[in-house]
Amino acid sequence: MWFHEHILSVVMFLPLAGAMLLLLLPSANKSLIRLTANIVSFTGFLVSLLLVFWFDADLGGFQFLEKVEWIPSIGANYSLGIDGISFLLVMLTTLIGYLAVLCSWSAIQDRVKEYYIYLLILQTGMLGVFMTMDFFLFYMFWEVMLVPMYFLIGIWGGPRKLYAAIKFFLYTLVGSVLMLLGIFGLYFWNHSQTGVYTFDIPTLSNMNMPLDLQLWIFAAFFVGFAIKVPMFPFHTWLPDAHVEAPTAGSVILAGVLLKMGTYGFLRFSLPMLPDASRDPRVVSAMVTLSLIAIVYGALVSLMQKDWKKLVAYSSVSHMGFITLGIFVLNPNGITGSIIQQINHGISTGALFLIVGIIYERRHTREISEFGGLSHVMPVYATLFLIIAMSSLGLPTLNGFIGEFVILQGTFEENKVWAAIGVSGIVLGAAYLLWLYQRTMFGTLDNEKNKTLKDINFREFMTLIPLVIWAFWIGLYPRPFFHILEKPVQRIVERVRPDYYATAQVASPAEAPGPAAGQEESAEEE
Amino acid sequence: MLTEYFSSVDFLVLKPAILLAIFALGVMMTDLMLEKGQKHLNAVMALVGIGFAAYSLGPWPGGIQYMMAQAGVREVEAFRGAIILDTFGIYFIWIFLISSALSILLSIRYLDVEDEQRGDHYAIMLLATVGMIFLAIGMDLVTLFMGLELMVISVYILTGYLRRDRRSNEAALKYLLLGAFSSGILLYGMSLLYGMSNSTDLRIIASAISQRPDGDPLVLISVLTITAGLLFKIGAVPFHQWLPDAYEGAPHSITAFMSVGPKAAAFAFLLRIFMVPLAPVRELWLPLLIGVAIATMTLGNLSAISQSNLKRLLGYSAISHAGYMMLGLIAGNDTGVKGIAIYLLVYMFMNLGVFAVIVSMRRQDLIGDEIDDLSGLIYRSPVAAVLMLIFLLSLAGIPPTAGFIGKYFIFLSLIQTQHYVLAVVAVLYVAVALYYYFRVVVVMFMREPADRTQLSLAPGVRFTLAVSLAMTLFIGIYPDPFIQLATDTVQSILP
Repeated sequence: MWFHEHILSVVMFLPLAGAMLLLLLPSANKSLIRLTANIVSFTGFLVSLLLVFWFDADLGGFQFLEKVEWIPSIGANYSLGIDGISFLLVMLTTLIGYLAVLCSWSAIQDRVKEYYIYLLILQTGMLGVFMTMDFFLFYMFWEVMLVPMYFLIGIWGGPRKLYAAIKFFLYTLVGSVLMLLGIFGLYFWNHSQTGVYTFDIPTLSNMNMPLDLQLWIFAAFFVGFAIKVPMFPFHTWLPDAHVEAPTAGSVILAGVLLKMGTYGFLRFSLPMLPDASRDPRVVSAMVTLSLIAIVYGALVSLMQKDWKKLVAYSSVSHMGFITLGIFVLNPNGITGSIIQQINHGISTGALFLIVGIIYERRHTREISEFGGLSHVMPVYATLFLIIAMSSLGLPTLNGFIGEFVILQGTFEENKVWAAIGVSGIVLGAAYLLWLYQRTMFGTLDNEKNKTLKDINFREFMTLIPLVIWAFWIGLYPRPFFHILEKPVQRIVERVRPDYYATAQVASPAEAPGPAAGQEESAEEE
Repeated sequence: MLTEYFSSVDFLVLKPAILLAIFALGVMMTDLMLEKGQKHLNAVMALVGIGFAAYSLGPWPGGIQYMMAQAGVREVEAFRGAIILDTFGIYFIWIFLISSALSILLSIRYLDVEDEQRGDHYAIMLLATVGMIFLAIGMDLVTLFMGLELMVISVYILTGYLRRDRRSNEAALKYLLLGAFSSGILLYGMSLLYGMSNSTDLRIIASAISQRPDGDPLVLISVLTITAGLLFKIGAVPFHQWLPDAYEGAPHSITAFMSVGPKAAAFAFLLRIFMVPLAPVRELWLPLLIGVAIATMTLGNLSAISQSNLKRLLGYSAISHAGYMMLGLIAGNDTGVKGIAIYLLVYMFMNLGVFAVIVSMRRQDLIGDEIDDLSGLIYRSPVAAVLMLIFLLSLAGIPPTAGFIGKYFIFLSLIQTQHYVLAVVAVLYVAVALYYYFRVVVVMFMREPADRTQLSLAPGVRFTLAVSLAMTLFIGIYPDPFIQLATDTVQSILP
């Protein structure tokens, strides 16, 4: 069936087609444009739901393969395919992408047409990054995405939008051009071994390169991915971009864009450069940077006066957990880090939506301006509570599962790392609860807050899917572990070939992990 | 007998150039007969000339490429080896013909606004194109030098074409003085080559040079002087000072013209010289060129940041692009030379696209080359603003535009030949370049417009824009045919 064979292309190019359609609409008719954009991105989400039914978690490797010869003279193909990791990220992207369109309905009043066109092009770019199986194509999508994001921040952003937008663009660009040189390194090494020029990702993931070359390429990739994540010393673009971006921009940035860095580590660095990835120097450097990010991000969040900036720095901390999970290089750590990528998309995406809702009403994000909002906005306060709990890792919600499994994996490798990681959770609880207390509880003494309206149905609908997903992962994470089992196993076998032979720990699918976790937490409570 | 000196092949090979020259003279004559309101017909005539030249060259019955394919030859020698028409030359002639045609289309409206609509303008453009053709197919120092002078003298005149405009005159004078000086240096180097080999044929010079002892001062001096002369023509540091001034002062349409065709011709010339007679002493000029390339990229990119005049900014960016292209020569393998060929092709389209927008900025009351003149373009002429964005992204080298493909091969060749540090420097300057191109984007997309006038896009400008856009996107998204074309092209120049 044509549709089944090309489902990935359809999902990917549907938003772009929608953007082309929007071009034809008159820019004066704002409601028509909003409606069209919503329909297009909702359709995109619905079509991507088909993947849920068609995706077979028991098959290892890539599914829904599409391959067309594209630039034979350099060995680049238009080839798509998803495995468990990319499947989850694709689903996250289509959902977050739709919510970003939905949440902009009343927030964006100027240049509406352009706005939705950028959002939809961005959506295609992001999906392409997760779906492609060709490194050249990957690079194209990776860079294409920067342009619409630049405009989203630069046109509809806050007061320092121009600075934030170009900083975001340049930072990411520097990383990605260096990554390009790393790609060339792999490309030529493969040619020197096999005599074939190819950018095929599975082929490039099966080479044995000398360690020093691997380390150089790892360094090139590291710059590209670490900036995107962002890891500790490269994170300075993130607070600027988040604070200045419009709500939808922040939601996409936190929900999807940051995942590209961690996805890059999992898809490229680990399988293609296994010797470099398990080199003790590299592991200790990566883990150290992750731990610094966890603690530093949390500490900086504690002292923020701006609501959105607080959430932005909490991202740095949470992404630290994800990179920690990746570089402990065992099944628990990696599985946890992928689950946590989804979790972070859900929780932080939702937190930015929460901030956006209040910003649209009050046009300020100073925490000191608020207080006692739960009296006037009870539904809002309830949803915020759920999301905050999910972000700080309360059992029964998603954040707990991810962080628990990551820490379980870390504990296997090194107890000190795990101990430092736990401190991040404690601090996370502190800044989120304190934020909640300062804004939602207390007396409603600011006059401007007394007339605030509770959230309307549309805003409710932007948050509800994320809340449902948060509970799903929190209560019944088994399907997610099942989906991730095979791909994670493949990565671990590549990066630590002797792991399964010697490990006493079972693979996460039969997982004592999450289930045991829930029992424990039940006892605690 | 004359046939002792000429054969029909000689004329066949020169047919495109001869046709262009005839039409150039024809335009000058018909110009005298046209009334003031009919002067556009000069442009039509010039375009017809280019059409004939293209027809005589192409791969269809009657064209040179067709005959060569029929006869199964890949190169044709003429005038006893002074001229050689190979895939390399043909590729470049196509670039010259297309860029000249598109520049003529841009000139029509521009000259109207300046009230300088005269035939000699188009005639000189055609003559410059003739000069370029000789640079691409010459295999003899004298032929090459004649072609070079025909080209640059035509460009000097065109730079100063706005007689009543001080900037234009100043630019022409600067360009002429420095250009003549550099031609002298180049000629001095050529005379040394002749002295060493007793021949002006590039291949004989090559074998003569390879027989000189190591560290021969004569070889060193000739390489230095020739390199200096050539670097001037492509606008590389430290011989770049003329370029921003000439770009700024020249009429907009001529800036477009000289930034593409003559530049490509200078590169064709440069490649011929470095790949044939100077190839034996590669280790002598390689460090020199590496230094120059880094300096060129650095100066071009860093100076462009602070420009407020768009044409000056593009001038400095042209300097940095020359630096990138030199990297392909430094790599020196097939990927690198292929990279230069593709780079020049895509550079033509993206640059002409940008200049087409600048040309339409010109109004009676506005020169239209300041960056601020573009403010709020997205409100005034959304299509022009989006096109400009695409061309600027392409100049910066962001996929999926053609500019990325050009840079891709340059970077690829550097990694292939293990110039890692150079590759890192080169890719990092992409970020710098993006920064200054996006200064223009910020003005276009994120500033309120100073006035609400729309751009008036004349038919010729529209056509140029459409071609540039189509090719910039097409080469960016589906580069395969062009990569194969370039691969075929560079076969004939590689050792």
